[in-house]
Amino acid sequence: MGITSKPVVFAVLAAVVILIGTTVTVFIPLFMPSTQPVSPYIKPYTAVEQEGRDIYMREGCNNCHTQTVRPLRTEVLRYGEYSKPEEFAYDRPFLWGSRRTGPDLNRVGGKYPDSWHYKHTAHPQSMFEKSNMPPYGWLAKNRLDTGYSFKKTSTLGYGYAESEVQQQIDQYRETVTSASYPSKESRNQVTPPELQNELTEMDALIAYLQKLGRDVKNMEARK
Amino acid sequence: MNEAGYNYRVVRGFAFSALFWLVIGLVVGLWIAFEMFNPALNLSPWLSFGRLRVVHTNGLGLGFGLAAIFSTSYYILQRLTRTPLLFPRLAQAHLYLFNTAIALAAISLFAGMNTTREYGELEWPLDIVVVIFWVMFAINVFGTLIKRKEKQMYISLWYIISMTVAIAILYIVNNLEVPINLFKSYTLFSGANDANVEWWYAHNIVGFIFTVPILAMFYYFLPKSTGLPIYSHRLSIVSFWALNFAYLWTGAHHLMLTPLPEWIQTVAMAFSIFLIAPSWGSVVNGYYTLQGNWDQMRTNYLTKFFIAGITFYGLQTLQGPLQGLRTLNAFFHYTDWVVGHVHMGTMGWVTMIISASFYYMIPRINNTELYSVKLANTHFWLILVGQFTWTITMWIAGIQQGAMWKATNPDGSLMYNFLDTVTSLYPYYKLRFVAGVIYFIGILVFAWNLIMTVRKQPNQSEA
Repeated sequence: MGITSKPVVFAVLAAVVILIGTTVTVFIPLFMPSTQPVSPYIKPYTAVEQEGRDIYMREGCNNCHTQTVRPLRTEVLRYGEYSKPEEFAYDRPFLWGSRRTGPDLNRVGGKYPDSWHYKHTAHPQSMFEKSNMPPYGWLAKNRLDTGYSFKKTSTLGYGYAESEVQQQIDQYRETVTSASYPSKESRNQVTPPELQNELTEMDALIAYLQKLGRDVKNMEARK
Repeated sequence: MNEAGYNYRVVRGFAFSALFWLVIGLVVGLWIAFEMFNPALNLSPWLSFGRLRVVHTNGLGLGFGLAAIFSTSYYILQRLTRTPLLFPRLAQAHLYLFNTAIALAAISLFAGMNTTREYGELEWPLDIVVVIFWVMFAINVFGTLIKRKEKQMYISLWYIISMTVAIAILYIVNNLEVPINLFKSYTLFSGANDANVEWWYAHNIVGFIFTVPILAMFYYFLPKSTGLPIYSHRLSIVSFWALNFAYLWTGAHHLMLTPLPEWIQTVAMAFSIFLIAPSWGSVVNGYYTLQGNWDQMRTNYLTKFFIAGITFYGLQTLQGPLQGLRTLNAFFHYTDWVVGHVHMGTMGWVTMIISASFYYMIPRINNTELYSVKLANTHFWLILVGQFTWTITMWIAGIQQGAMWKATNPDGSLMYNFLDTVTSLYPYYKLRFVAGVIYFIGILVFAWNLIMTVRKQPNQSEA
C-alpha cells in the first residue's frame, strides 16, 4: 500500500481522520447557541464569589464533588432540581466533576447557613465523625488576596467597573465582620483574631458555595 | 555505541525517567488511597487530597506514561526506519526539558496551580513547555521518517505518527486560555461548551497516550519477543484507521445526563459501541499471532506480559463502551466503578506492555542480558494480583455505592443519607490500599531488575 511509504501524506491523512469527529461533535457545537444557552436570571459571580471559586479550584474540590444534578428521580430527591444548561453560562472552567466522593454541590447554595459551612469546612469530622473530607481550617487563616479581582472579572466578561469590584469586596467584608452577622460566632471560632475584621479565603469560599444554584431557583420560579 | 550508530542514550534516559516518575506517582497514589479512609493524612495544604490527586494522575500520565512512550518511540523509530535519530542533540535536550517540566508540574500542582481541567491541569506557562517538548519530539519523528532507509513503514510507526498529530491538536485546543498572571488563567470556553471540549480532550488523551502508543509497542515488541509475525496485516490496517476515526466522537460519553445537548451524548454513545470493533481487532490480532505457540506462555517470560496486557485492553475496551450507555451510566457514573475501570487500563494494559517492552529493549541497548528472569516473573505476578484485587474491589464498591444512592423506602423517600454511602466503602478502601502496596512492591522489583541490568558488564561480542 502506497501510503505506508509516505510519512507526511500519512500524517496529513491521520489529521483529517481525527478532525472529522472533532469538528462535528466539538467545533460545530461551539458555535451553536443551543449548546450553552443564557438566561437573564443567571447572574455572573461577584468578585468575592469568583475568588471563592478560584480557591475551590486551587484546592481541587472538583476531585471529590460534582456540580451537576442528573435528571434521575433519586438524584433530584437527594440534591434538588436537576441542572439546567443556562446555570453554567459564566463557568470558566465548568466544574461538573467526574467522581462523587462527597455529595454534589450544584444546589448547595442556601441549603445551610454560613455558620454550618464555617464549622464544616474547618472541621468536617466535628460534624460527621466518619467523614473522609480533608479539614480546611487553614483557609480561615489566609487573608483573601483581591489584587487580581478586577482583572479576573473583566477577563471573564462580567462587566463590572473597577469601583464596583471594590464595592463588592468592601460590602462582603462589612457583611461578615458586622456585629449582626448571624454566623458571627462560628466565623470567629475558626478565624484568628487578627483576621476577624478582614476577608479570608474561607469567607470567599463560603460566598461561592452559597451562590451555587441560587439564581436558577428564580429562573425556575418564573417558568 | 553500536554498529548502526543508533542513539540509545536518549532511549535509556527516558526509560529510567519513566521508572522514576512511576515510583513517585505510585507513592502519591498510595498516600491518597490511605486518605480515602483516614483523612488524618491530610497533614498540610500540600498533602490534601484535592491537590495530591492531580499530582498522582499527572505524575503517572505525563511523567511515567509519556517518558515510557518517548523512550520506546525513539527506539522503535530508529529500528524500524533502520536510521539513527536525525537530531540526537535535540532528543537529548528533549529529555532534559521533559524532566524539568515534570518536576515543575509536580511542584505547581502541589502548590495548587490547577486549571481543574481533568488530565490537563497544568497552568499556561507549563502548557507552553509541554507544546515545546512535543514539537521537539515531532521534529525527530518526522525528520527521521523522511530520511529513513527502510521504505515501508510498519504498523507501529503509523501509531506513533497518529499519536504525534492527535496530541498536538488535543493539547493546544483544550488549553486555549487567557492568563491573569503567571500562575493563573481562565479557559476560553464556558459551561457546557467547556465540558464538551474538556472531555473530548480527556477521553482522547487516554486514547492517544494510553492506547495508541501502547499499541505501537505491542505491535513491535510482541513479534520481536516471540519471534512470530503479526497474524494479519489487513486487520491491523482496518483497526488502525477505524480506531483513529471513531475515538474522537466519543468524549461526551463522560457527560451522560448532564446539561450537554442530548444529541452530542447520543452520538458519543453510538461511536463508543462502534469502537469495540477496532479495539478488538488488535486483541484478535495479538491472540492469533500466538496461534500454535501458546506454550510460550510458559517458556517465554515476556509473552505472558503481552498476552495479559492485551487481554486487559480487550476487557477495558468492552467495559468502557458499556459504561457509556445512558442507562448503565446512570448507575455507574460518579462511583468507584469508574475508578476501577481506569486502573484496569493503567495498571493492567499500560504497565504490562511497558514492562515487557522495557525488559526486551533495555538489555539489548546495553548489549547484555536481563539481570533476572525470575525477578521479572515475580514482578509479573505481583502486579497482576495487585491490579486484579485493586480493580475488583473498586467495582464492587462502585456497585454498592450506586445501589445505595438509588435505594428508596416503600414510601419513595431515600433509604440512605450520603454519608452512609461513603462510610460503607471504607472496608473496600482499606483492601484497595493493600492491593496497591502489592502492586507497588511489584513495580519496585521491576525497577530493581532494570537497574541491575544496566549495571552489569556488557557482553564482549556484539549482539
